[in-house]
Amino acid sequence: MFFFENRQVVTPGDLLAEGDYIAGNNTYKEGSKIYASRLGLVEYGEKVVQVVALNTFYIPSVGDQVIGKIEDVNINGWVVNINSPYKATLRASEALNKPYRQQKDDLTRFLDVGDLIFAKIIAFDRTIDPVLTIKEPGLGKITQGQIVKVSPAKIPRIIGRKASMINMLKRETECKITVGQNGIILISGPSPEHERLAIMAIEKIAQEAHTSGLTDRITEMIRKEKGARNERKDQVNK
Amino acid sequence: MSEKIRLINEDGLRVDGRRPRDLRSIKMEIGVLSNADGSAYIEQGRNKILAAVYGPREVHPRHLALPDRALLRCRYHMAPFSVEERKSPAPSRREIELSKVIKEALEPAIFLEKFPRTSIDIFIEVLQADGGTRCAGTTVAALALADAGIPMRDLVVACAAGKVDGVLVLDLNDIEDKEGEADVPVAYMPNLGLISLLQMDGSLTIEEFNQALNLAIEGCKQIYNLQREALRARYVTIKEDVEECLR
Amino acid sequence: MSSIMVSRIRQKQIAQMVASGKRLDGRGLNDYRPIKVETGIIEKAEGSSRVLLGKTEVVVGVKVEIGEPFPDRPNEGVFTVNSEFVPLASPEFEAGPPSEESIELARVVDRGIRESKAIDLEKLCLIPGRKVYVIFIDIYVLNHDGNLIDASSLAALAALLNTKIPVYIVEENEVKKTNNYIPLPIRNYPISITLANISDKLIVDPWLEEEEAMSARLTITFDNDGRISAIQKGGTGALTPQQIMEAAYIAKEKAEELRKMVVKN
Repeated sequence: MFFFENRQVVTPGDLLAEGDYIAGNNTYKEGSKIYASRLGLVEYGEKVVQVVALNTFYIPSVGDQVIGKIEDVNINGWVVNINSPYKATLRASEALNKPYRQQKDDLTRFLDVGDLIFAKIIAFDRTIDPVLTIKEPGLGKITQGQIVKVSPAKIPRIIGRKASMINMLKRETECKITVGQNGIILISGPSPEHERLAIMAIEKIAQEAHTSGLTDRITEMIRKEKGARNERKDQVNK
Repeated sequence: MSEKIRLINEDGLRVDGRRPRDLRSIKMEIGVLSNADGSAYIEQGRNKILAAVYGPREVHPRHLALPDRALLRCRYHMAPFSVEERKSPAPSRREIELSKVIKEALEPAIFLEKFPRTSIDIFIEVLQADGGTRCAGTTVAALALADAGIPMRDLVVACAAGKVDGVLVLDLNDIEDKEGEADVPVAYMPNLGLISLLQMDGSLTIEEFNQALNLAIEGCKQIYNLQREALRARYVTIKEDVEECLR
Repeated sequence: MSSIMVSRIRQKQIAQMVASGKRLDGRGLNDYRPIKVETGIIEKAEGSSRVLLGKTEVVVGVKVEIGEPFPDRPNEGVFTVNSEFVPLASPEFEAGPPSEESIELARVVDRGIRESKAIDLEKLCLIPGRKVYVIFIDIYVLNHDGNLIDASSLAALAALLNTKIPVYIVEENEVKKTNNYIPLPIRNYPISITLANISDKLIVDPWLEEEEAMSARLTITFDNDGRISAIQKGGTGALTPQQIMEAAYIAKEKAEELRKMVVKN
């Protein structure tokens, strides 16, 4: 049996359900009782009871694509900040296409402290820090664009059901948008104004992720903003 | 000869006008600091306490990291201007004891095993103190943990009960704590029904202690409702803003 | 915080035995280890004691001086309790400022003495507002094999009962020491009893390995009249209200037993 209504706000420790259900995200099971472990909105499914959390942090998962920042260079590769409690490692062998010669090659010529990369997590468990690769197609050093950081809990909403939200954003803002599972999003567009528009939209989605009619509201907001900018441009050109 | 202060008057009211089982007025706010991963603020009577949580994050110094769980650290500290006579900023023995006791109050509620080799750091700053700061500090720290999105088995809420002028009372203020017969601070996990902080100083029979314990738990349950409301309010304000725009 | 790495197999063993009502060293759940109390072992201290609780060893020394009273209590003597987890007592103890465990222990022992009014502080006033006796109680842990609080609390009481204070006479608003000594005026005998929660059962006087396996401990200090002067929950676990009350009743009984070892009347 359920103790709340669907999409009601629940807090850690709230008894959500009792019976033969599966404890989904942000819940835990004790006997036949399922409790919330994070503040969020409860979602009752056919078999799974889960909570859409208001705020989480990123815990790496093998296969995730993430955007990270180089923090340190050492003899074997780089240390990467992936917006997680765990620092990630990118070994030279997972970044360079030719074999790495320790004494001869200078890794900073390829990636230096402060550089951004789009990478994939190839290993992570309780005993080792996450290991990255950038050797697959689509991955690598980021050379242009701006990044925006959101709580990883919001990423699903930013992508939207069947990518509806993210596709709308790309279309309306004319930007290329790369979403990292770790809550970091890269925006690259025809001009800085386009990019700023996309960032504004993403931040608003993150803030209002739990409300309804969001896709339409964001679309309207972007169009209104574009209209206002065009007006300003026309004023200037007169 | 020192004058003994009357803590309960002829009408059965306390020095601040409360009845024996009344809580002080409480105000809670979540997400008050932009840098911390989670934060909260509480006012309880004249207590003003801020809590911040950083983590889970890398452990510094590295050698303290635990292989199978997160390291939980807690610092309870009073600002020099928080009390009548200026207090030195250096941690006192009392602050060290309370830091330990509050950490042990929060620890059973947190899923530390989920984040090995990290640390979760809790900072509790008492900006103004008027008795019961370890309880209010525990309550506000639990809110900061929830705000940080740290998974917990339950919230933790704390309240003290005691005896003044022979009467069983709830939520002692500073004078009642200093001049009364006993003070029993309690931290409680309301959905699990477990007590994670328990202290007592004063003089009570076992039966009186039992009554004080039960009264403190009742107080905890009332404050827990306020905690839930404060957390739910994080959603409501955003919803209201959205509805405002739609009009 | 774990002090000694007790293997998981051992912890499981302990938990299983307790669950079936027994302990690894053959004790019952409500039994203390053998206790030995000696007093007057440090002649240069005004009072002293040595307590052996199983293999836990604590020495307490009491030093008496003359000083100023607290401004808000001008007619009362002053006492302080300090504890030192001496590095030789355990591989886990380091030299340096007191750890939080050491500070907690001193404050819990202090609370038991203070709230039970064990020391008759009003009898320690020489010149109100100016000169009173100051009693220093120093707890010295020499070997840590579990339950330092009860051992220290017992040793502190024994040392206080062993303490003799020099008699001072008041002459022209100054105090003068005489060659006479009188016993420190003690009017209550607080005893701390610590229980640990393992496998949802309560055991009395946890030894070192049981402390590693326990989820929480509860110390309850009873005075001579069966009133509680102090309670301290420790450890990272939690207890039900029922367990707490059960512990209180067990502690009351054990306190009467232990008091007989120190108070000979």
